[in-house]
Amino acid sequence: MSTVKDIARYVRSKNAGPFWVTIEIFCETQEAYEKIKNSPNITPKKVADLYEADENKIKVFYIDNLLIIKFSFPRPNPQGHKYENDMHAGQQYIFLADAEV
Amino acid sequence: MKSCKVLMPIGAMGGGINEESFAAGMAMMPDVIAIDAGSTDSGPAYLANGMSKYSRAMLKHDLRISVIGSRKAGIPLLIGTCSSCGTDSTVNLCAAITQEIMKEEGLTGKIAKIYSQQDPEILKKKWDEGKIHALEGAPEITRETFDQCDNIVALAGAEPFIEAIKNGADIVLCGRATDTAIIAALPLMMGCDVAAAWHGAKIAECGSQCTDGAGGDGVFLVVDETGFYVKPLQTNVHCTPYTVSAHLIYENVDPFRLTEPSGSILPKDAVYTQVDESTVYVTGTKFEHAKQYTMKLEGARSVGYQNISLVGIADRQVMADPETWIKNISEYAVALITKSGYSSDEYSFNFKAYGYNAVIAGPVSEGTPAPREIGMLLTITANTQETATQIAKLFNPLLLHFPIDFTKQLPSFAFPFSPVDCPRGKTYEFMLYHVVDVDDPLELVRFEYFQI
Repeated sequence: MSTVKDIARYVRSKNAGPFWVTIEIFCETQEAYEKIKNSPNITPKKVADLYEADENKIKVFYIDNLLIIKFSFPRPNPQGHKYENDMHAGQQYIFLADAEV
Repeated sequence: MKSCKVLMPIGAMGGGINEESFAAGMAMMPDVIAIDAGSTDSGPAYLANGMSKYSRAMLKHDLRISVIGSRKAGIPLLIGTCSSCGTDSTVNLCAAITQEIMKEEGLTGKIAKIYSQQDPEILKKKWDEGKIHALEGAPEITRETFDQCDNIVALAGAEPFIEAIKNGADIVLCGRATDTAIIAALPLMMGCDVAAAWHGAKIAECGSQCTDGAGGDGVFLVVDETGFYVKPLQTNVHCTPYTVSAHLIYENVDPFRLTEPSGSILPKDAVYTQVDESTVYVTGTKFEHAKQYTMKLEGARSVGYQNISLVGIADRQVMADPETWIKNISEYAVALITKSGYSSDEYSFNFKAYGYNAVIAGPVSEGTPAPREIGMLLTITANTQETATQIAKLFNPLLLHFPIDFTKQLPSFAFPFSPVDCPRGKTYEFMLYHVVDVDDPLELVRFEYFQI
């Protein structure tokens, strides 16, 4: 099985304000994009499991013309909470990058 | 046809403006220089303390280049969210630096200071009137939250910048503002297309992030009555339909609806056209005017004092199962702390095993090789600094010697510092993710002008 990072060109994560995080998967080809977009394993439910987030609050955007898939969801803890492990959420893409397609 | 040329010399003031790029931008005869200086990215401490995240020397470096450029060309310089958080103190800091520069350089001009820090009493009144609304994902708050915050700012829209320009300001130093408002202000004032002004501002707000370059540089924006052009300042760097449209998804929740105080940018039907090697023209964006003008609020408060201690561990037995070591030392420490007379509501603590699972939290997947060593960071939070320090002292002998196996000789782990622990001062949290209804875009901002 291939993982998201094997198929996609680039995966990144970042805060979207102090209370949200957003993760984007950039694809090089239509084939790669379709493969991830249509994967039964890369879904809001999967993202909820990976990030201990509420599935109902996960927003997913398929940006067909740019071959980008974007997930946004409330941070489990607001940015900078007393035991913060990633202030900018810049390393949190790893879970999704390592997920099997 | 009406058009407005905006020079954005850098994505964030204080990052170090490239003088060559700045000169290239000025050669294109801009109508205004606009710089965003703000971000919540570095966390709540900056807002709670009203402090800049950038060094004073680098703020002065960037301000000097921009102020000289603005005064020599006779065009306004608009700076929003002065040095990171946009409290009154950071507006005053930027004003003091600007004043120094103008005196040193023998420049004259009218400076506007726009304050958008908020008085809790006014916000409590707004709360009572039902004029403060939670955004999706906001924490639960009460009327008391406004008093608990060390500082609260409201994000200004384009109108305060326009007001200052109309009042003859040459340099505008604004507190917290939306990144886009700073850039959109003059194009809106000059009667350019509203949707293009906002969308163009959104694309330009991080400087060269919307190019195929490495970032950290600037862009040039031209807004007209139907769309906007965007191009980089550096040579051998390009804007393409892909780099420009892809930037729209950066650091936001919903890339198809971007909310500003006066309405929402709807970029879904935008058309991106390459017009020369490095320039993209964008048309077709829509802007939905809001029925109610709102300003987003940001607030931060302190939630205790911290003490930290770092110890390096290479012991093979600990490496084989760091989680068990953390669990055991935690239980042992709690017993010791309780015995010393501290109750559980006075303190909390947390271990982060750097090199193992500190950054990517949670269980480590099976088959992951044991790390060669771990940087074990202990963070203690308590109601007072003294309690945090005393609890750190209770932890110290454990951090030095706590074994996996009590029947063997005790190990000694590797402290890098003496003293081995360090008081970190207060820790803070963001409290507000709300908007406030205002009757007028200028209702919650205050202006001060001075002449140099």
